[in-house]
Amino acid sequence: MTSPARVFDADDMSRVLSRIAHEIIERSRGVDDLVILGIQSRGVPLAQRIASRIEDIAGHSIPLGALDVTMYRDDVSIRGARPVGVTQVPDVGIDDQLVVLVDDVLFSGRTVRAALDALNDIGRPRSVQLAVLIDRGHRELPIRADYVGKNLPTASAESVMVRVSEIDGHDEVLLGRDDRAASVASDGYQA
Amino acid sequence: MRHLLSAADLDRDRADSILNTAAQLATLQNRSVKKLPTLRGRTIANLFFEDSTRTRLSFEAAAKRLSADVITFTAKGSSVSKGESLKDTALTLEAMGAEVVVVRHGASGAAHRLAHSGWTQAGVINAGDGTHEHPTQALLDAYTIRDRLCAGAGNLDGLRVVIVGDVLHSRVARSNVILLGTLGAEVTLVAPPTLMPKGVESWPCQYTYDLDEALTGADAVMMLRVQAERMNAAYFPSAHEYSRSFGLTAARAQRLADHGIVLHPGPMNRGMEISADVADGPRSVVVDQVTNGVSVRMAVLYEVFGARAQVGAIGNAEVDNFIGGEPDAQG
Repeated sequence: MTSPARVFDADDMSRVLSRIAHEIIERSRGVDDLVILGIQSRGVPLAQRIASRIEDIAGHSIPLGALDVTMYRDDVSIRGARPVGVTQVPDVGIDDQLVVLVDDVLFSGRTVRAALDALNDIGRPRSVQLAVLIDRGHRELPIRADYVGKNLPTASAESVMVRVSEIDGHDEVLLGRDDRAASVASDGYQA
Repeated sequence: MRHLLSAADLDRDRADSILNTAAQLATLQNRSVKKLPTLRGRTIANLFFEDSTRTRLSFEAAAKRLSADVITFTAKGSSVSKGESLKDTALTLEAMGAEVVVVRHGASGAAHRLAHSGWTQAGVINAGDGTHEHPTQALLDAYTIRDRLCAGAGNLDGLRVVIVGDVLHSRVARSNVILLGTLGAEVTLVAPPTLMPKGVESWPCQYTYDLDEALTGADAVMMLRVQAERMNAAYFPSAHEYSRSFGLTAARAQRLADHGIVLHPGPMNRGMEISADVADGPRSVVVDQVTNGVSVRMAVLYEVFGARAQVGAIGNAEVDNFIGGEPDAQG
């Protein structure tokens, strides 16, 4: 792989997440029925950070959860089995709530499609919105994000790597050319 | 994991991964919709040459919770010779498009034969073959022990598990010795000398003929079912004598560690290998085992179907979606 370009450093990421938090408050006109769900795995820490920023502004706690969509993916027959992550729905549930899904990268839209199916089995939200750190284009489904950290035009052969301190030890977003597709394909767990 | 034929097919990472997946799938029990779309439109054949209610129902529930279609074939009382019957049935199931076959057969090695004969391309899960193995039972036992004694996570390192009864004829015992050993537990087998397998010295476990000694301080005890036909075959003098030496009574159960639990693969002979007060007592996790069995078998089905993906359709444009190379599937 040629050396990847840094799109965000830790400060950029922090500013972007603050902006998204403000946008969520602005658009939802108060946050009384807001539930924030991070999509496993890197959507989860991003969701935590957005929720804590909203809490700082709103002055009360925001129900926060995690959604694992592995079992809702449409590609078990293509990519194989993957470890199933934690799904944690806050006690308030999602019925009649405004659910904001948080993910790191919006690409084909298939993860979000799976997340919407998963939500459907858990409850019936009043409304569902989507916040992503990076929208890299190349959608394969009619899905768009409501809150976008950065629109990043990419070639499909490029890779966007989001690193978060909770999982990777530091915060950054990198854009590189990916020549690992073959090795990734040989191991479904690397997906 | 293309097939699951033996507990020896599972290295520690794979076993941990299945148990972790099962733990996440278990949370489905608390939801109003207890179903996942993962295997929608996929076909699983339940092929039961031997009577089994709970294992068959458990696999059926697991398959249905993953939205798969289930074909059930029970060959009770089939007069066809076993080898031919297995082959013909396999060809039939192949023709019907079964992608994974769950097989229970009275002959040891039947699952292996089915997997490697070339009769079918299906993935094979061994649901009990003769006196050989029953790997999903071992997985659900390991899951139950982990859930009760290790807060649902971590490993079984150093836990002492005692397996008591007809070890000679027990596929449950064989699979458990292998799997619990892989996961780091110390297993002790207890049986009358007539029901201890030849060559047990070479198994990766301890063995003794003294139940009271083995139970002292143990973390878990697994009582094996004594089958009626053994009672008439002179392996032990009488049911009463067996029960006195190798049955788990409330007094004996007190020898376990304070947190010690009692497992039984079922169905139980109350008053024979286990007394009713122990079977219904606070140490008993028999009901948990049944519940956990469904989650564990869902995880196994998911793994075996997942392995079929890697045999087939890799290398097309879908690979682009992988880009990122991170543990996250981006999209």
